[in-house]
Amino acid sequence: MILKGRAHKFGNDINTDDIIAAKYLVTTDPAELGAKCMETIAPDFAAKVKKGDIIVAGNNFGCGSSREHAPVSIKGAGISCVIAKSFARIFYRNSINIGLPIFETNQADDIKTGDELEVDLVQGEIKNITQNKIYKSEAFAGFMQEIVNAGGLMKWIRRKRV
Amino acid sequence: MNYTITEKILMSHTPEKKEIHPGEFIWAKIDLALANDITAPLAIEEFKKAGAKKVFDKNKIALVADHFTPAKDSRSANQAKMLFDFAKEHSIKNCFDVGRMGVEHALLPELGLVAPGDLVVGADSHTCTYGALGVFSTGMGSTDIAASWITGRVWLRAPQTIKFVYKGKLTKWASGKDLILHTIGDIGVDGALYKAMEFTGPVIDKLDMDSRLAMCNMAIEAGGKSGIIAPDGISKLKSDKNAEYSEIKEYDISKMEPQVACPHLPSNVKPVSQLKNIKVDQVIIGSCTNGRISDLRVAAKVLKGKKVTSSARTVIIPATQNIMKQAIKEGLVDIFVKSGCAVSTPSCGPCLGGHCGILADGETAIATTNRNFLGRMGSPKSFVYLSNPAVAAASAIKGRIAHPEEI
Repeated sequence: MILKGRAHKFGNDINTDDIIAAKYLVTTDPAELGAKCMETIAPDFAAKVKKGDIIVAGNNFGCGSSREHAPVSIKGAGISCVIAKSFARIFYRNSINIGLPIFETNQADDIKTGDELEVDLVQGEIKNITQNKIYKSEAFAGFMQEIVNAGGLMKWIRRKRV
Repeated sequence: MNYTITEKILMSHTPEKKEIHPGEFIWAKIDLALANDITAPLAIEEFKKAGAKKVFDKNKIALVADHFTPAKDSRSANQAKMLFDFAKEHSIKNCFDVGRMGVEHALLPELGLVAPGDLVVGADSHTCTYGALGVFSTGMGSTDIAASWITGRVWLRAPQTIKFVYKGKLTKWASGKDLILHTIGDIGVDGALYKAMEFTGPVIDKLDMDSRLAMCNMAIEAGGKSGIIAPDGISKLKSDKNAEYSEIKEYDISKMEPQVACPHLPSNVKPVSQLKNIKVDQVIIGSCTNGRISDLRVAAKVLKGKKVTSSARTVIIPATQNIMKQAIKEGLVDIFVKSGCAVSTPSCGPCLGGHCGILADGETAIATTNRNFLGRMGSPKSFVYLSNPAVAAASAIKGRIAHPEEI
């Protein structure tokens, strides 16, 4: 499966308060959370995102609070996947658990806002159409790939229990 | 094989494994899984969506309505109610509402619900606090917690450990909070990413439990998976002499002043004496980091017989109902109220910009909390400095960031 979208670029240490401020954590609705995604640091972000667009960031994306509302709001905003140089661990496992595709590559700095990207979900290959470049992302460790393949943690558990 | 304390705890919870190596995935048994009024609603929804009918063990789940409570609005009230309804349906006795409630990471150790050698997971990033008691504990998301409520297990990647050794003697007004701020200032907000942080050395051996809890509490602020301190006394639970560490860091802290983290990252740390020209509009003493009785005692010591400035508001939030009772008994609340502070019922409240002290545009706070991200305590145009309770109390008197020695 190939994901296609335009890049929205963010810096290092984007925390979960940036992604979704605590004052909005009075709901679990993805669309409502999506409308407020990144509001603190990029007030017009949610309005600018077209369905399928991609967040590209630096190191330690998603640090801070454990709120799963963060990846939920990113999905709710219409973002198809997140590419970063590295992810904070709770955000990383939350994304895998809820089925938000994430890719780690040290070439994330190369991508600019507005670049057209194509991401091969299975191969983990990122094509930068605008710059005519190809980046390789880190493969998931075996166990995590099982959860990704199952479509999230709850589906994996169900399989395991059967 | 030689193992770290973290590896030993993980191994004892994974009966299928004879040995564990860092990087390895395990499917570990849990002793307790907690969630709060923000994270439990998502977990409860996932639990129901999965078609689960029963929790794996009603005694190994804790639900604490502490973040937006006493409910700040009707939507928060509805979220808190989901916890109470779920607890009733599944006969979960460790469910806490206003009056018995406390900030979760102060409450659970106080009630003895976490014990040395346990494996505890929580849908809250500061679950790492219990490492102070020799617990392996780590924060996760709501779906992880929902899965653990069904299966009694979680998936974990066994972490590498960084060993931190603290030598020397703490200066008068420095505490566990200052040690951890100093450490985060050194290694950065992702300096311990995915790793266990093991705190050791002569300074830790002498450190009181509340200070140890404050240290482990902020392991997540360095990206750590967990923080841990080997239990004292007769327990043999500790790292082997030849255990493998990914790194060993040593600090001589004999000259360390109280530390302050400046906006907008917990790693932006400076000694308090360099910040004396920073005016404050609000002072918060409380939270899962520094809302415990010894924190209130040190704040009262600074505030006794003094008045807080009229140019700032000072809110003191004992972390649990029992801490509140103790603070009343010891006369601390009397000292706070007479000095012009507001004393609130337990809540996470302002730490995450929930309620009980939200900042306006352009305002600056000094707080004993754990995060100073942009907009964390309210307006995206506000500023948060993090310190220990003595520095916060001194700043409340002076109306600017101050060293307790100045009082």
